[in-house]
Amino acid sequence: MTEGARYTAAEILAILSARQLRDGQVVFAGVGIPLLAATLAQRLHCPGLTILFEGGVVGAFVEPGKLPPSTNDQRCTKRANMVLGSADVLLLLQRGYVDVGFMGGAQIDRFGNLNSSYIGDPESPKTRLPGTGGGNDISSLTNMIVAMKHEKRRFVEKVDFITSPGFIRGGRSRAESGLPAGGMFRVITELAVFGFDNEERRMKVLALNPGVSREEVQDNTGFTLDFEARTAVTEPPTEHELQALRLLDPERLFTA
Amino acid sequence: MPEAQVQPYARVREGVAARDRSLREKVMSLEEAASFVQDGMKVGIGGSTMSRTPMAMIWEIIRQRRERLSCSRCIVSTDGDLLFGSGVADHIMTSWFAQGILWGLSKVMRHHVEKLGKHFEEWSHLGMGMRFRAGGMGVPFLPMRSMLGSDVMHRRPEAKEVDCPFTGEKLLLVPALNPDVALIHVQRCDAYGNAQIDGLQFMDIDLALAANSVILTTERIVSNDQIRRAPDQTKIPFFCVDAVVEAPYGAAPHECYGLYEPMMKHMDAYVSQVNADPVGGMSAYLERYFYGPKSWNDYLALIGMEELLEASRKGRSIYND
Repeated sequence: MTEGARYTAAEILAILSARQLRDGQVVFAGVGIPLLAATLAQRLHCPGLTILFEGGVVGAFVEPGKLPPSTNDQRCTKRANMVLGSADVLLLLQRGYVDVGFMGGAQIDRFGNLNSSYIGDPESPKTRLPGTGGGNDISSLTNMIVAMKHEKRRFVEKVDFITSPGFIRGGRSRAESGLPAGGMFRVITELAVFGFDNEERRMKVLALNPGVSREEVQDNTGFTLDFEARTAVTEPPTEHELQALRLLDPERLFTA
Repeated sequence: MPEAQVQPYARVREGVAARDRSLREKVMSLEEAASFVQDGMKVGIGGSTMSRTPMAMIWEIIRQRRERLSCSRCIVSTDGDLLFGSGVADHIMTSWFAQGILWGLSKVMRHHVEKLGKHFEEWSHLGMGMRFRAGGMGVPFLPMRSMLGSDVMHRRPEAKEVDCPFTGEKLLLVPALNPDVALIHVQRCDAYGNAQIDGLQFMDIDLALAANSVILTTERIVSNDQIRRAPDQTKIPFFCVDAVVEAPYGAAPHECYGLYEPMMKHMDAYVSQVNADPVGGMSAYLERYFYGPKSWNDYLALIGMEELLEASRKGRSIYND
């Protein structure tokens, strides 16, 4: 794959994720690729993007080469508009001020539910994962973009544990659980861009990444995917996008 | 695992009424302040992740070998490793528990939860916030909308799903959390405990109001006149506070806003050591950095001058431009 040589998997994740954002939106971003992608969008096509972090930051403007190690560090606040308590910044989601939530994922299922808590039975887990952080709050209360690595063990029929709800059991089950607002909007991987249909709420492929085949996506997914009749192919990352991204993360903390 | 017991209102009030809330100086040593933390207590921990962690107080509690503590914090980093690894806590309530996003999963947390049956009780980040806030407000619960429909909620019978009496919509009621004692580290306070916090305050104000006693550690103790020059910067009132301890670099190797960033070389070395061997690596780390040093200053000397200076340069740079 000649395209592959020009950028890493993490770089295309960040760039395709950034393209999903629109100027003027209020985005609640997690650390890592989400923070990087939101910051990249701010530098490219969304100068008026407002970034929130769960540490309590409103209107973050992260400096190139000074990416914070978490969303609770002082680097997140430099040149921000405001700092709040952590509960108060999360309450902005509940009140409805946030357009998009943006985070990574460890394991996802066909209805967009995310698991970051347990591999195996929660009563005696094979692996205890770090847990939700603000992930559950963000995914419960706004429209979600998830950027994650595409592997068969990460794309499963049903997650072991719903840490951060997508469409739960599909159909109207999310709203009936008490979550009438938000839901999974896009999933971005190094292979494709995914959305969810409006009725059953199943994951479907919206566009393949450059040089990736339908078979490759399906082979790396643990459930049967829906494809559009004519699946689009995403425009490859431009030199401009790659340069801007590499300027933000020169030490390749999150894009190696 | 302790049940989330919501105390009757009379008990909540009695706890406050019984405290000496007079304007009095309460400066003491780490050793003395640790007496507020007794075996089996519920301990609320301020700061978040690698920020404003009350590390000096945690260090002292570990040195004094407390047992069966039940700790709560909005997001837990290496402090959680140390509380489990040293044996002082068998229960940690939080929304996220790893050393930091840069290092992946904590093998120490995994060892203690998967192999030794210690409890990592998971709530959403907002769930932790609403629990501390309800505790600080003197109400038995607060309603919220996240966690609904998720397995995070299904694992937490302490939270109650109800129909709203006004709209009929589903809501989740999360119980008040009133820790026996809160450990909070701040940039400065006076001898009475009027505490000023720069930058991110996390859940510390709710935590201070919710707890039945508060130990403040502070980078420096300033005069009450200094506090009165900028009362808008005072985030915790003195009458919540029971002990004031001056502990410079009291969050090391984590950060303290405007003063020092995390000491990343130390953190990297720590994570490599304990993740390679969660039992032996942790016990060697505790021996060297926790049980071995004669004083907090000795501990800082082990972290090293170069690390402290580098972290300080980066920490203070936030005010440079």
